[in-house]
Amino acid sequence: MPVANNLGMLQIHRDICGYCGCCVSVCPEGSLELIDAYLEVDDQCTGCGICAKVCPVGALEVRQ
Amino acid sequence: MRDSYDLLVIGGGPGGAIAARTAATEGYSVLLVEKRPAIGAPVRCAEGIGKEALAEFVKPDERWISSEIKRAELVAPDGVSMMLESDMAGSKVGYILDRKFFDRELVWQAAEAGAEVMVKTRASAPVIQDGTVKGAVINFCGDRKKVHADLTIAADGVESKFTRWCGIDTTVPVREIMSSAQFLMTDIDIDPDTTVFYLGNKVAPEGYLWVFPKGERTANVGIGISGKKSGPGHRARDYLERFVADRFPHGKTIECMVGGVSVCRPLPETVADGLIVIGDAARVVDPLTGGGIYNAMFTGRMAVQVGTKALAAEDVSREALMDYDRGWRDSPMGKTIARNWHIKEKFITLSDAKLNAIIHSAKAIDLKDFSTISLIKEIMKRNPLLLADLAGLMASIG
Repeated sequence: MPVANNLGMLQIHRDICGYCGCCVSVCPEGSLELIDAYLEVDDQCTGCGICAKVCPVGALEVRQ
Repeated sequence: MRDSYDLLVIGGGPGGAIAARTAATEGYSVLLVEKRPAIGAPVRCAEGIGKEALAEFVKPDERWISSEIKRAELVAPDGVSMMLESDMAGSKVGYILDRKFFDRELVWQAAEAGAEVMVKTRASAPVIQDGTVKGAVINFCGDRKKVHADLTIAADGVESKFTRWCGIDTTVPVREIMSSAQFLMTDIDIDPDTTVFYLGNKVAPEGYLWVFPKGERTANVGIGISGKKSGPGHRARDYLERFVADRFPHGKTIECMVGGVSVCRPLPETVADGLIVIGDAARVVDPLTGGGIYNAMFTGRMAVQVGTKALAAEDVSREALMDYDRGWRDSPMGKTIARNWHIKEKFITLSDAKLNAIIHSAKAIDLKDFSTISLIKEIMKRNPLLLADLAGLMASIG
């Protein structure tokens, strides 16, 4: 099951994610954090989609 | 874990490990924390490093050297390739490391020198007193504890979250993150002495695809593309899968790796009161090659050289630590980053036709020394049009 923040905008597909942190480095809000082997998104996320764009494997998805 | 240390190092990659080793060797109390449960894993690296660059920090050891490299091959978009040989043909110019063991060795050396090391331990917030970073809140197996440190070194890698929490904006521009994927492949036909770089907008837009040998029939096959060029159906992994299906259809993938590599300019300031930022977190990756191991170790060592002087003088203010910032910028490493950023900015504008022309022109080059800059200089000499575009840059290269 995908995991999302409280606002539900950013879906993280954990079965696809390689927990590399590429998305974390581009997030303008600092909303993403890589904690060991999983990615977390906080409520500051604006759903801008930059993370979803740069993900090398397509593990992130924005749903408006 | 004690309540306070002279130095707290956040991140157990090569930069953090060299910082911890250097400080512990000088007799300072050091805690190094790594959020992952194992040092060196997962690998997020193509694992290449120059022979002399490595030797500056650690004695080469076959336990963590996968292969020794004698030459590089550049493949143009049209498939024509050129070889880059060292002036001493056949001599070894670089290594492909085994980062799982290499990183572990460096951390082991730090521990041996007296540093405390904690894995699966995360710095979740800075401790800030009167505007000065004084350590971090450390999360370990469900416990949270404030650890005080007179100096904190942020070696927190490409994510660079701790650095950001200290008030330094570490966001990488989308166009300057190399969205990367890599397969460790075996049972493939390769030249085990040669690193191969594939260029072209169809192969790897604004980046390159690499084959770095790890043994007779084993290699890191990977790619980095600009974040700007990444999207559904055309992500790093899609490009890599297409290449592998075509080039190594019968190869076996025994490890899948992904990552992000910054190719932006370094942070405008890599220090704050009580804090020094090193390695990928400081965005000191070489913007042209994407190489970051040496630069992380170099900044890690310099951070401690400056930091321990500041500790001795009981002044870890931003002003006192600026010697570190100036120090690495004025070093050959810092100058190479500044210059290679400009070259990268030009390189990414080149069409496939232009890339073909350049590699064709460079095929016959007999380089006196094996370096990126020697190649660039030769290419410019042979391509007057490119040279005209880059007149200012050429002047800065000298």
